[in-house]
This record gives sequence, structure tokens and C-alpha cells, in this order.
Amino acid sequence: MSIRQKQDEIVSEFALFDDWMQKYEYMIELGKSLPLISENNKTDDNIIKGCQSKVWLHAELIKEKINFTADSDAIITKGIIAILLRVFSGHHPKEIIESDTEFIDKIGLKEHLSPSRANGLGSMIKQLKMYAIAYQTKLS
Amino acid sequence: MFKENLNVKKIREDFPILKRIINGNNIIYLDNAATSQTPLQVINAISNYYKTTNANIHRGVHFLSQEATDLYEKTREKIRAHINARKSEEIILTSGTTHSINLVANGFESILKKGDELIVSELEHHANIVPWQMLSEKTGALLRVLPMKKDGTLNLDSYKSVLNNRTKVVFVNHVSNALGIINPVKEIIRLAHKFDAAVLIDGAQATPHLITNVTDLDADFYTTSAHKICGPTGIGMLYGKEEWLKKLPPYQGGGEMIDQVTFEKTTYADIPHKFEAGTPNIAGAVGFGAAIDYINKIGFDFIESHEKDLLKNATDQLRKITGMKIYGDIENKVPVISFNVDKVHHYDLGTILDKMGIAVRTGQHCCQPIMDFYGINGTVRASFAFYNTHREVDMFVNGVKKAVKMLL
Repeated sequence: MSIRQKQDEIVSEFALFDDWMQKYEYMIELGKSLPLISENNKTDDNIIKGCQSKVWLHAELIKEKINFTADSDAIITKGIIAILLRVFSGHHPKEIIESDTEFIDKIGLKEHLSPSRANGLGSMIKQLKMYAIAYQTKLS
Repeated sequence: MFKENLNVKKIREDFPILKRIINGNNIIYLDNAATSQTPLQVINAISNYYKTTNANIHRGVHFLSQEATDLYEKTREKIRAHINARKSEEIILTSGTTHSINLVANGFESILKKGDELIVSELEHHANIVPWQMLSEKTGALLRVLPMKKDGTLNLDSYKSVLNNRTKVVFVNHVSNALGIINPVKEIIRLAHKFDAAVLIDGAQATPHLITNVTDLDADFYTTSAHKICGPTGIGMLYGKEEWLKKLPPYQGGGEMIDQVTFEKTTYADIPHKFEAGTPNIAGAVGFGAAIDYINKIGFDFIESHEKDLLKNATDQLRKITGMKIYGDIENKVPVISFNVDKVHHYDLGTILDKMGIAVRTGQHCCQPIMDFYGINGTVRASFAFYNTHREVDMFVNGVKKAVKMLL
């Protein structure tokens, strides 16, 4: 499945929620259930500091595809990370570079990427793209 | 049970923003320590200024300029009266507390020498740490710390042992923005003066809740921001004792702050104008003046008693929540509650409350040293104002309970 297809899939999943409570309960569930990163990779090098919550992001290139793992100390941030990883992990760097994050707006979570939140998510997406650019350079 | 105060219902009519619907709920605004809301009386004063008086001040011979100057200077006088300073020249209009502190810290660069000492309290906002750190780097003066105790109060015994003949400036907040605790600033000033050290009091969190009396405190410098006391953003004040303000060099150069300018030498205007370079925030000053009138009309007797009730009501109810930890949970404080719930991240709690239309602050509150002291990454901070109601307190507490249930 392409990044675009995954994004569309998530948008239709989120359309089923009646209100914000259901949506957030789902994200909290996602945040709680997913083992996102191995403790070995939860290093200071991989940390993206937000004033509010911390995010760890680790990337590996496996067979020309980037495998992302990540974590956060805040559960809602972690839930959003789970959604981002579902979309972006396992894709070729070029596809990641060419993709956007508009679907976050469509599922009503855009506020979490606002700099005023200072939760590290905005920087995480930038970092995700930086990894893609770095690996793309390596591959070409 | 706390009965709703009938005055509050009427007061709330002055604040159109309190009628806003956020995420389908009537907003419950509990981030007053970050910025207070603006009543119509202040909004109208600013609007009328632009509609009828707008002009530059202090140098026009024409009618509007004169009128604008009068309004601007009237605010200076209102501030003087409000904080009980001796002379209006001792009041500098600044862009806010941060600007005021930088102005003073910058001025001390020409006074301090290597080996001198500065004392900062552990409870300070970054705005009352960083400018002094910069000063310390520039001058070689040593920055020493007045430590806090576990209950959030300052350790005066340690303070006494840090104070000495080399101490030149002490800077402490009147009320801690992260915890809401009222610090014994009068005693801190008295002790510093034994060593002829100057004391700067950051009053940003005190002025919305307490009557300020700089003469009684004997403060050398006292500062606050208008937006904490129902005024507009981008304007604030610095009180400085005349002898200190005369001693400090100007902070910025420009128009308005000069006496004579030639290419060989410029002589500066007298205080307060030597610290007010360029065209100031005139409309902001008009709003600041209106805000002082407004809070005095509400009256600090009412503000203090109603806020005390709100604080007690909220604290009593929060304490009953399992896993609740309130930081600085003592009697002597303004209506600010900084807390965490066991196993719940402050950011998550704040996010869910926001979805319910409840505005609180989460994070470090620009006070990393306090967070380090408690070994935490942040807290949820609910801060109340005189226009908040007991119904809002109940809804906030229910919101916290509901959010915790979702998150655990």
C-alpha cells in the first residue's frame, strides 16, 4: 500500500468517530498498545525535545525502505506517532520525501502539529523527512 | 459548599470572551497567570484612543499630540498611585516585565565588577534568570542561588548565609508563577539592605491578586505587565527608586530619551524619559490606565476574598482525586494550583481538558529549575481570576476526573 493509500484509509477510519471523545479514546488505545521503539534506541541522540512532551525517533534503512520506530512520554503524542509510523514507515525515501501530512488536518488532529503545542511532533515530522533525504542521498 | 457570588455574574458581563464556545462547550478560562482577560472598559479605552486621539506624544504642539501625551502621562500617575510610589518619575513604561528586567540588568553592567555577587531565587521565571546570567557573563559577577524548600517556600536561612558585602543585586518574584506561593519579599528586601544590595521584585504574578505597596516593601525595583491585570499585552511598568534610576545608564538610545544631541556628545533626558526611547506603546498605556481603574473599581477586598474561596474550593476537591499531587500546597498563595496525577502526563491531561473547553497551562511554566527541583518534566497549572465562578471550579474538577479516567 502506498503512503497516499494508507492516508486515505486512516481518513475513512476516523470518519466513523462521532465525537472527539471516541477519537481520543482510540488514540489513547493506540498509544498504550503499541511497542514503538526498542529501549536500546531510546537514546539522547534520538530525542526530539518539546517543552511539553519528549519524542524519540529512530530510523533504519532496510532493503531501500526506511523503518521508523518512535516513542513519547505522553500517551496522546504516542497515539499520533503510531498513526504517523503506520503511514510513513516501510517506504522508499523518495516516496516519503514526496508525501505530505495533510491527512492529519483531515482527521482533525492538526492542532497537535502546531508549534504552540511544543510537543515535539512538528519537529518529529521534520526529522522524519530529514532521514528520508539523507537515505535518498545515500541510495543515489 | 461554596455559594456563587452574585457580583461575579455581573462582572462577567464585562468580558465578552467568556461567552466563547470552544469545542462545543462554554470556555472555562483557567490560564489567568499566563494572561488575564480584557474587560470592555479596557477594550473601549483603546478603541476610543484610536478613534479620537491617536497622535505621537511629547513633541507635538498640536491638540491631539497634547491630548495623547496627557493620557499617556495620566497612566504613569495612575500606576504611581496604585503601587504607592513617591514620584511618577519613578515609573518607567516598558513593554512588560521581561523588558523591565532586561533594562535593569543592562544598567548594572556599568556598576558591577568582577567578584561582585548576584542572588537569584530558585523559584524564578526564566525572564528573571537569563538577563542576570547574561549580566554575570559580561561582568564576571557571581550568580548565587537562594534555594527553595520542598513545600515550595524560599529557604531564608540559606538566603542569610548567601548574603554578604559583595552582594549587589537580589532578584526574587513576589509570587511564584509556577506554584502561586507568596514570597516574604519585605523580609528579603530588609535583609539585602543590610548589605546595601539592591532588590528587584518581579511582581507579574502578584499585582493581579494583591495590593502592591512599593514604599512599604522598600523595593528598589518592582515590575509587572499590564496583561496580567486585565490590561493589553505589550505594555508594562518598571518602578525604580529615584536614586537607582539616576544611577543606571539608559538602556536604548533614540528619540524622546535625549536632552541635547550633537555628533560630539549627547546628553540624556532626565528620568523617566531617559529609559523610554522611541515612540512608546501609547494605546497600550491608555489600556493599562483603564485596567488599573477597572481592577480598583472591582476592588482588591473583593478580589482577595473571592479568589481565596475559589482556591479553597478547587484545592479541597482536587485533593480527593486518587494520585493527586499538588506542588506548593500551602495556605499563603494566590489562586494558582500546579499539579500532576500519578501515571498521567501533564500534556495528555491538558489536551483532554482543552477538548472540554477548559483552558489550563501545562509544561514547565518557564521555570525549569523548579521542575528539576521536584524531578518532574512539568505540571498542569490552573490559575483563577476574580471573574471565575464556583461552577467553573466544579466543572474543572469533573473534567480532571473524566480525563484521568480516559488516560489511565
